[in-house]
This record gives sequence, C-alpha cells and structure tokens, in this order.
Amino acid sequence: MLIFTLRRLSLFVFTMLVLTLLSFSLGFLFPGDAVINLSGQIHATPTQLAELNNAYQADKNFIVQYWAYLSHIVNGDLGLSMSSQTPISSEVLKLLPATIELSLVALMLAMLIGIPLGFIAAIRHNKTSDNVILSVAMLGYSIPVFWLGLLAILLFSITLGWLPSAGRLSLLFEIDMVTGILFFDILLSNSPEKWQAFQDATMHIILPASVVALAPATIFIRLARASMVEVLATSYIRAARAKGLSAQQIIFRHAIRNALIKIIRHVGLQFANLVTIAMVTEVIFSWPGIGRWLIESIYQRDYTAIQSGLLVLSCFIFIVHILTDFFYAALNPLARGKKHGA
Amino acid sequence: MNFNLSKHTKAWLQLYFAFLAIFMLAACSDQNTQSVSQRSIIYCSEGSPETFNPQLVTSGTTIDATSHQLYDRLITYQGADNTIVPALAKSWHVTRDGKKITFYLRKDVSFHATDYFTPSRKLNADDVIFSFNRILDANHPFHNISGGIYPFFQSVEFENLVDSIEKINDYTVRFQLNRADSSFLANLATDFAIILSAEYAQELIERNTMHDIDTHPIGTGPFKLKEYRVGSLIRYYRHENYWQENAQIEQLVYDISPSKTSRLTKLLAKECDVSSYPIAHKKIIERPDLTLDAVTALNIGYYGFNTKKPPFDSKLVRLAVSLAINKQALVDTVYQGEADTAHSILPQTSWAYDKNIPHHEYNPNQARALLEVAGYAQGFTMDLWAMPVQRAYNPNAVTMAKLIQADLKKVGIKVNIVSYEWSTFLRRLAQGEHQSFLLGWSADHPDPDNFFTPMLSCSATETGNNRTFWCNQAYDDLIEKALKTANVADRKSYYAQAMKILHDEKPLLPIAHSKRYQARGVNVKGNILANFGGISFYHVFKQAPSEATTSAATQLEEQQ
Repeated sequence: MLIFTLRRLSLFVFTMLVLTLLSFSLGFLFPGDAVINLSGQIHATPTQLAELNNAYQADKNFIVQYWAYLSHIVNGDLGLSMSSQTPISSEVLKLLPATIELSLVALMLAMLIGIPLGFIAAIRHNKTSDNVILSVAMLGYSIPVFWLGLLAILLFSITLGWLPSAGRLSLLFEIDMVTGILFFDILLSNSPEKWQAFQDATMHIILPASVVALAPATIFIRLARASMVEVLATSYIRAARAKGLSAQQIIFRHAIRNALIKIIRHVGLQFANLVTIAMVTEVIFSWPGIGRWLIESIYQRDYTAIQSGLLVLSCFIFIVHILTDFFYAALNPLARGKKHGA
Repeated sequence: MNFNLSKHTKAWLQLYFAFLAIFMLAACSDQNTQSVSQRSIIYCSEGSPETFNPQLVTSGTTIDATSHQLYDRLITYQGADNTIVPALAKSWHVTRDGKKITFYLRKDVSFHATDYFTPSRKLNADDVIFSFNRILDANHPFHNISGGIYPFFQSVEFENLVDSIEKINDYTVRFQLNRADSSFLANLATDFAIILSAEYAQELIERNTMHDIDTHPIGTGPFKLKEYRVGSLIRYYRHENYWQENAQIEQLVYDISPSKTSRLTKLLAKECDVSSYPIAHKKIIERPDLTLDAVTALNIGYYGFNTKKPPFDSKLVRLAVSLAINKQALVDTVYQGEADTAHSILPQTSWAYDKNIPHHEYNPNQARALLEVAGYAQGFTMDLWAMPVQRAYNPNAVTMAKLIQADLKKVGIKVNIVSYEWSTFLRRLAQGEHQSFLLGWSADHPDPDNFFTPMLSCSATETGNNRTFWCNQAYDDLIEKALKTANVADRKSYYAQAMKILHDEKPLLPIAHSKRYQARGVNVKGNILANFGGISFYHVFKQAPSEATTSAATQLEEQQ
C-alpha cells in the first residue's frame, strides 16, 4: 500500500507540474502583457508594475519566470480577477464548495438510482424490465443537459411551482459561511430558522442535482448491468447455485459486492464528466459555483480567472481520481499490485 | 442465466425506490420558509445601486434601492395630487418675500443603529445643516468625498439659489434664499434631498473612513442596511425605532437580477414577491396569483424641431409637419398601447395640467395646404435624428422614426433617419447639428416647472438642454411669474397660458406619457410605485396565503 501511495503521489505532483506549466503558458498566449495576465492587476501604476515585473521575474528567462509563478501559486496567490479586482484564491474558496456540494449530491443521486436499476436489469437479463431500463437509460443519456435544465425549470418551478428555479438558498436566510458546504453551515449556524433554511436548501438543490445526475445515472445503470451480468456468469456463482443457495443469498452475499468493486473504479472517471455537466447546470440554475464563475469569466475575457480557475478545477478533479483509486485499492487488494494508475 | 427473486426481495426493492422518491419529494411541501417569508419581501430589482446616497446620482435603480428605504426628507409628497406634507420637519414657514424658509424639526427621530454605527443622539438641526452644506459648500470636508458631483442639485442651480443655512436652535433651521423660488419646496421634497447623520460623519472622520458615508449608509428611514453583495443582493432590516409607525415587514431583500427573463422566472416560481420592469404582461395578467401594477410616469416622449435651422425656423412648417403625423398610430405601435397620448408636455396627472388644451389632430390635407403657404409646395428633404437607446418615454425611437417617415412621405417630405451612439447623439444635439429629433424627458419631482424650464426656456438653450433652441420671451415671462408666486391658482393659469403658446408655436410635438410597470404576487399588499421618483416598501405587507387566495377569488368573481 505504501508503494501504491508513493506512486500515486508522484503521479499527482508530476501532473500538477504539467498543469501549472500549461496555465503559465496561457499567460503568454492570451492577448496583452503576460505579467498583467498572470497577476490580473489591470490598473497597476508604473511603480506597481515595476514591483510586479520584479515579483514575476519578467526580465529573466522562462524557467526563472515559471519558478516565480509556481512560488506564487504555492503561496496561494492566484492573482486578481481582472473584472472584479478581488483575489482569485478567495473567490475560488467561496465558490468551489458550492460546486463540490452540487456534484457530490448529484453523484450520490446518480449512484443511488443508477446502480440498483442496473443490477435489476442484469438480474432480469433480456426480459422486459431489462429492456425498459436500458431504453430509459439511453434516452436519459441523449438529452442535452441545458435543454433538460430549462425543461425542468419550466415544469417544476413555473408550471407546478414546486421547486425554486435559481440559487442555493432563499435570500431570506442569513447563513454565515464556515465550511462552504451549505448544509453543514446551516447545521453549524445558530439561526432560529435553521430547519426552515435546511429544508429550503434541500428544495434548491433537488432540481439542479437531478439534472446533473441524469447522465451519470444512465452510465451507472449500464456499468452496473454489465458488471453484474459478468459476475453472474462466473463459475463461483454457478457453484453457489449448484450448492442450492437461493437467488437472494447469491445476489446479496456474493454478486453485489463483487459487482460493486468494478463500479467504484468508474466513479472517479465519471466525476470529471459530472463536474463538466455541473458547470453548465450552474449557469442555468444560477448556482453560485465555480463553473458559473468560470463561464462568466470567459464572457468577460477575465484571463487571470480563466487560467487560475482551470488550474484549480483540474487539480480538484485529479484529487478525486486519486481518492477513488485509493478507495478501490482499499476494497480490492489485487489492484494494489498493479504498476500503473488508472 | 436468470434469477427469480422472491416476493420478499421485490418488496424490499419497491420500498427502496419508494423511499428515494419520498425523500426527493419530501421538501416539496408548501409550508417551507413560510414564517420567514411571511415577514419578508423579496424584490427582484434590475441592477446594483451605484451608491447608497441619493444625493450623488439621478439613476433610477439607485433611487429605487435607497431613497425611500433608508432615508427621510424634511418634507415629502403625499396623495394622488402630490401635495407637500411634513416629514422630518413637523412644520415650516415661508416669509412673505419667499426668501426665508424656516423648518421646525421633529424631536424624537432616531437614526439607524447598525453593525457599523450606534447613534448616541436623535436628529437635530446639525444633521440638516450637514446634509445640505455637504452639497453647497465646496470646502466642506465631505463635499469631494464621492467626486463632488451632486447632479440633481446642480441641475436646479441649488448653490446659486441658497445663500445660507442657519441653525436657529437645535430643532429650527432657516434657509436664506437669494431669490424667491416656488419650486424650492418641491426640490426639498424630492428623493435626492435626504438627511444624513452629522454624528456618523464625525465618527467617520475620526475613524478615517470618510468614504463609508455613501457606502455604509445611516439614515432615519423605515429600513436599515444589513448586507450588500455587489451584483447579488441588498438586505435591509426594519428600523425598530422609526419615528412613524414601524414598517410591517421585518426584512426587505433586493434580489439583483439584471436579466428580464430571470426576473420573470423568479416571479412565476415565487422566488421573488415583487419584480421590477416585468416582461410578458399578458402572461402575468392571466395568472390568478399575480398582479400587474402600472402608473403613468411623469415623463414625456416628443418629436422636436430645431427652430434655428431651415425649414423648421418657420412656424408654418412645424405646424404642417405636426399635422401630417398620425400620433395615435405612433402611440399604438411604439408603446403597444401602454402609454397615454400626450396633448402637451405636461402629463395629465400633474395639478397644473389644463384640460382645455386643444388636442392634436391628424390632417394631411391641411398639412399640404400649410406647406404650400410656407413655400414648400414641392415638399423638401430633412433629417430626423432617432435616439439609439431604449428609454421609458420612448421604447423604440427608430420604429417611431420610420412611422414618421412614412407619414411625412404622404405630404411630400422626404425623411432621412439618422442615429448616432447615445453620448455622441446627445452631444451633437446640444450643439444644434440636427434638424429634427426624437427624445424625451423624465421629471425629477412633480412640480410642473420641472417640465417647462429645463426643456424649453431661453436659458436652457444655452446649457444645451433645450434642443429645439426655441426661445420665446412671452413663454419665459410666464414660467418666471409662475415660479415667483406661491399661489397655486395663479401658477395654474400661468402654466395654462404657457401650454397655449407651446401649442401654437409647436417647437415640439408631444407624443406620449409612458407608464411604469411592476408585477407582484396577489398576497403582497400596499403601494410601492409612485408616478415619479423611487419606489417605497414602507407600507408593504404580506397577506396570509389563505386570505390572499380568498381575495383573489373574490376579485375574479367581481370581474365575472
């Protein structure tokens, strides 16, 4: 497990270096002065500009400049947003938790619905319920997310009036940000309307999380189905049947566990996909997350925000990948021996 | 390989999915947030305020967000006829020559106590003097704090009008004017003439954060500021020690939503209680749970002529062109029936409006005859400048220009439509490069002078505000006389005569007085909109949902 951990860590460090190199080069590729693109200080006076040039070692060669940039990032200085002139690191700290929250809820929703449905489809292999589940999954996978989001707002918010269409929490509630994950913050707050706020936050997350969850859920259905079909065809299941175990015993004691292991590997891979969907969904539902912020930055040609935002987001997705790898390795000792990462 | 699940397992599976479904729908009950939302109003506003001090701006968005929520004035307007009534001043006295105005202040008026300031005293004369000296005195420590520009007060030449402000005692303040001006009280009752706290200003000097005076406001108004997030929200709480009865709602939140469709969505999804500038009026009227409010705003959209340039230097041509335009068609098409047709520059809701003013007639034949008399039997070619932006008084000037073009073609006049970028358009207009133009005017206060002097007086030709460059001594004398007297009947008669002159001379053709709209849930009661100036949430409250449904049902029955 130690070697496995070290391998993953070195992979992480190396990938991060490549990512920072990419984001550093974006500073030169975007129009305008590289130092201003990296620092975001568009209103710098000549003295400030000289200081910036010095801080980013602009007169030295590229390697020194890259090193200076890297030390800024390591110190948590991602520059200022060109449009709002606030430090990007504080913006990211404020916005990333909202995206994580939305993605995690969506992931859970996708898993809770997709995996059991996939298992049922596999157990009822080639029967009507299998076909129905597969067709629904296919349909769900093919619906464009922006269209689904708008449709959901039209139906559930406007026509039926059941669920709110925008934001994370009704503006009426004042909840101080502590962890950034709203549900925890609500529980931690001492507001007298805590439970109302909690309920309101739940209402707000249902629509966007369901929209984000749809595509991964359909993938989980197919993954779970394939994995279960594969497990059910193995010889140990056949042996168990021959021994006279009931269908329930076989499925719950042997099949599900083994099928789940295979699925967990894909959860990490699905997460990157999920975050991409979440970014689009954030725009539709005015969810105050990093995706919406990043897309707005693109509209506003806020180069500093674009490069730092991409860096943070890719770093986050990479961490999730490594974590699922660990989780998988912990569940499946066989995986630890493998030399290369997923 | 197939497995046949026992009934038991099937039951468990069904239970699992049922549980998921229930979990997802659990929160969909209507009761949620009710008790907080019952005590609060969410207003979906169209933009972020530039500042929290209405002295510094004329922007409607800022006035809507601040003026009536946070502050009070010495005097204020009340009722449908907009009479001036006491506010922070319980009474006032004007000397016979109209040059000395003394205000007697209320004694028990508290300022807001907030996270950033706790007042130690009540309102007194120092606060009034501080608020106005900040504008008048260029050497005042706060004069230049936010740029030193006070647009409304500069436009009415406040610093030339007011000679000095004296404190007679703690609760008596006297304004000494250089000349009598009957619009002075009207100006003091506008949204701009708010009273700030001198004590707070003193504390800011000590803290060396003088800029806070305009960003962290302290006033005497019915609400106090709790939180402001640029581009996102403004949160106000009720001012518990308000000098009048406290506001009925506890919390007032401005949900800043610049997109028209997102405001509509939020309104339909009940995420906001009131929405500014709604679209899809028909949809809102159709819904039983929403109402659409409309007030005719104090404004005028008009077609103006440059009276210094041929052919519009001829009165006959101006009259002929006016007769050739089908004004009703312009109002119907451009405003889609959402405006009143204008008969003079003064809206019908103003107290000085004269019902006897002759209405515009559309008569192309007479127009042709007049053109012949004026020596343009063959017609002529002219430029028409159409404003490039959308304004309440003219939502689509280019369409209007095209309609005018078609009308004038029928009497032999060829029209070229010209448009520039907005600031260039205004600058070139002020320089008089145009022949004719489409523009408008929105009033800052209901005093009729606000229409007559700034738009059409001789002095306004010099400042570039009177874009018709029409200067008529008889008209100027009348509006000056009207300003010098305080007698309402006399003023009314002077203004009626002035309107008659405008009707005969036709420096411009008044087209429409547009309306201002707002949408809200039927359970939100109380007046928010006024026909001029900013909105106020002081009298707003929410009805319990059951009552609201009943009243909506009653309304429906009444309609049937």
